[in-house]
Amino acid sequence: MIGQRPNEMRTPARRVRGLGPAHSGTMHFWHQRVTSAAGVLLTIGFLVIVISLVGRTHAAVVQILGSPLVAVIMLLFIVTMLYHMWMGMQEIVLDYVHEDKLKILALLGNTCFVFAVGFAAAFAILKLSFGV
Amino acid sequence: MAELEASTTTGARRARPISPHLQIYRPMLTMMMSIVHRITGAALYFGMALVAWWLLAAASGPNAYATFEWAVGSIIGQIILFGFTWALLHHMLGGIRHLVWDLLYGFEPAERETLVLVSLVGSIALTIIVWVVGYLAMGGPR
Repeated sequence: MIGQRPNEMRTPARRVRGLGPAHSGTMHFWHQRVTSAAGVLLTIGFLVIVISLVGRTHAAVVQILGSPLVAVIMLLFIVTMLYHMWMGMQEIVLDYVHEDKLKILALLGNTCFVFAVGFAAAFAILKLSFGV
Repeated sequence: MAELEASTTTGARRARPISPHLQIYRPMLTMMMSIVHRITGAALYFGMALVAWWLLAAASGPNAYATFEWAVGSIIGQIILFGFTWALLHHMLGGIRHLVWDLLYGFEPAERETLVLVSLVGSIALTIIVWVVGYLAMGGPR
């Protein structure tokens, strides 16, 4: 990114304008909004699914969670909310953790936590769906 | 890491004037709710592990599911679950409020306060409704 390639017609200023120091512009802000708007609908779906499952036997829960529509809503909920969570926790860490090594550790921990929770939940839903 | 070292040694950490922080302002409802929005977000972050446990338990088999049901059925489990429900609904309504603000509506003083009160009262009311409906879905008192 440093310096200008000989055939590059755009000036360095043009290339970074609107993108800011993070080089991704308002993408983070926008993705937070997209996932929150989708999250409202998916959370309502999640709550309906949970309410319809409380108190049921394990066999019934397995059958309902594994049915295509429920599984797709649950997968969308998990993926959307985990991306939302990842961005949110990253923002919290960047706001409060100022010591560099601790900050990098916290950001690593955030990513690891989100991937662990996400893969566990997604794998469970897929296993229930495909019944292996 | 080289960049990291360089930035710390070239005076990036020298004292600079800073803007006043939270403790200097009179506490206001909108401000408190902004703080609560972040706290509920952080709580939900860890609460999501509970959702993953639920799904893994269901996928693992009847014994694992029974263990999960026992845990969330205990008094501590019920308190955590109730708190999770409220945090989820509060964060959801707070998120809707922020989306309203993103569309540039509701910035007048009275409107701000109303939006905040609606999301606060709404989250408590919805939490109770969700639990009553959930309780009835279980077959009511038994």
